[in-house]
Amino acid sequence: MEATTSFVKRRANGQISIKSGNKVEQVMTGTIVSLSLLTILAFFFFNYAGLELSKAIPETAYNLKVMFLEPALSHFTWSEAIYQVGITLGLAFLATILGAVIAFFLALMAAINLSNPWVSKAVRIIVAFIRAVPTVLWVLIFAIAAGLGSEAAVLGMLFHSIAYLVKAFSEAFEEVDKGILEALTATGANWWHIVTHAVLPSTFTYLLSWTFLRFEINFSVAVAMGAAAGAGGIGFELFMASGFYFDMREVGLITYMILLLAVVLEIMSTQLKKRYFPAKAIR
Amino acid sequence: MNEKAMRSQRKWQTIIWVAIIIVFTYLASDITNFNIIHGIATLPNAITWIFSNLYITPETLERLPKILEKLAETILMSIAATTTATVFSLFLGLMGSKTTGTSSVLGVFARLVASVARNIPVVAWALILLLSFGQNSMTGYLALFVGSLGFLTRAFIETIDEASHSAVEALRATGSTYFQIVFKAVIPQCLPQMISWILFMIETNIRSATLVGILTGTGIGYSFDLYYKTLNYNAVALVTFAIVISVIIIELMSNRIRKVIL
Repeated sequence: MEATTSFVKRRANGQISIKSGNKVEQVMTGTIVSLSLLTILAFFFFNYAGLELSKAIPETAYNLKVMFLEPALSHFTWSEAIYQVGITLGLAFLATILGAVIAFFLALMAAINLSNPWVSKAVRIIVAFIRAVPTVLWVLIFAIAAGLGSEAAVLGMLFHSIAYLVKAFSEAFEEVDKGILEALTATGANWWHIVTHAVLPSTFTYLLSWTFLRFEINFSVAVAMGAAAGAGGIGFELFMASGFYFDMREVGLITYMILLLAVVLEIMSTQLKKRYFPAKAIR
Repeated sequence: MNEKAMRSQRKWQTIIWVAIIIVFTYLASDITNFNIIHGIATLPNAITWIFSNLYITPETLERLPKILEKLAETILMSIAATTTATVFSLFLGLMGSKTTGTSSVLGVFARLVASVARNIPVVAWALILLLSFGQNSMTGYLALFVGSLGFLTRAFIETIDEASHSAVEALRATGSTYFQIVFKAVIPQCLPQMISWILFMIETNIRSATLVGILTGTGIGYSFDLYYKTLNYNAVALVTFAIVISVIIIELMSNRIRKVIL
C-alpha cells in the first residue's frame, strides 16, 4: 500500500499536498505578482506635471454632463455630419476589403497544409513584424511617403488588416479536412484546383465572418486615424471639436454617433460569431 | 432540394455577395476620393522612400536612452491601466454574468457600463480627458483604463458564463455562501482564461498607448510625434524599431505564459 502511493507528496501531518510542484499555479501567481508590482512602480514613475486632481475631476464631470445631456451640432450641419461618418465607414470598408483580398493569397502561402514550410515561416515572420508596428505609425509614415490623403490612411490601415486576416484565414485553411485535400491530390488536381474546389468552398463563410469582424475593428481604427493622423472623417471632426473649438456639445453629438454605429456593428458581429463560431473564443 | 438546384442557389448567393461588395467598394472609394490605381502607383515610391529615409544612424543612437525612458513610461502606463481595470471589471463581470449575478438590475448596469466604455473609441476618451487633465501620464492612463474596463468586463462575463456553471451548482447545493462560491469555484476555474485576457489587453494597450500618446503628448507617442513633425526621420525609425521590439518581446512572453497556464 505504501509503495504504490509513494509518488503522492504528503505534508508532515499526512495530508496530501495538492499544491507542490504545480507549475501552472506558480506561473499564474508569478504573473499576477509581477503585474501588481509593475503597476505600483508605474504610479511612482508617472509624470504628473500640471495635474490638479481637485480641479480636473469636477471639470471632467461637468464636461461629460454637457456632452451626454446636451448634445448639439454647431460648426457643421447634420447632412455634413452624416457625410463625414460615411467617409469613416468608407475608409474602414476599403481597408477591410482590400486587406481581405490580399490576405487571402498570403494566407494560402502561410497555411502549412497548402504551402511549403519555408514560405509559410517567412510570411508569418513578416506578418508578425507588421502587426508590431501600431497602425497610427503606418498611417503617419505613409502620409509622408505616399502623400497626404485617403491613400495614406487606407494603405496604413490595410497593413494591419492584412496581418490580422492572414492569421485568421490561415488558421481556417489549416482546419480543412486533410482527407479532402488528399482525395483531390490523388485525382491529379493541381494546387489551384485544390484551392478553388476544396479550400474555398469549405471555408468561405468563415472568411466572410472574419472579414466582417475586422470591419468592426477597422471602423474604430478609422475614427482614431481621423483624429491622430488627419485622415478625415468623423474622427477628424471630433478632434477639431474638442481640440480647437472646445465645443463639448458637438463632441457629445459626435460621440453619440460613433457609439451608435459601433453598437450596431457589435451586435451584428456577435450574431455572426454565434452562428459561425459557436465554441471558439475570438480575439 | 436536388444537387443541381443547390449548386445554382450557391452560385447565385456568391454572385450576389460579390456584386454587393463591388458596389460598396465603389461607393466607398467615391466618398473617400480613394483611387486604387493611384494607391498602387504610389506604393513603390512609398517603399523606396521608407528604405531611403527610415534608417538608424549612429547620431540618432545618442537619443536612445531618452527614447527608452519614454518607452518604459508607455509600457508601465499600459500595464497599470490594465491591472487597475481588471480589479473593477472583475466586480462588474461577477455582476453581469448569469451564473454569479445577484440581481438583474445590477447585471444590466454592468453590461451597459461595459458597452459604453468599449464602444466609445479610446481616442474620444483621450480627447475628452485631455481638456481638463492636461498633458500628463494621467490622461493617457485614464483613457486606456476606460477602454480596458469595457473590454475586460465583457471578456470576464463570457469567461464566467462559460466555465463555472456545474461547480457553482455543486457548491450552492452544499449550502455555501455567495462569497465562498465566488472565491472557491468561480475564480479558480476562470483564472487561467482571465490571465490570458489580461495579457491580451496589455498587448493591445501598448499599441493604443502610442496613439493616445500622440494625442495627449505623453510617452513614446509624443517622442514619435516630435521627431515626425521636426522631420527627423532617422529618429522616427529608431522610435518605431523600439516599439516593434518591445511589442514583439511582450507578445512572446505572454504566449509563453499562455502555453503553460491554458
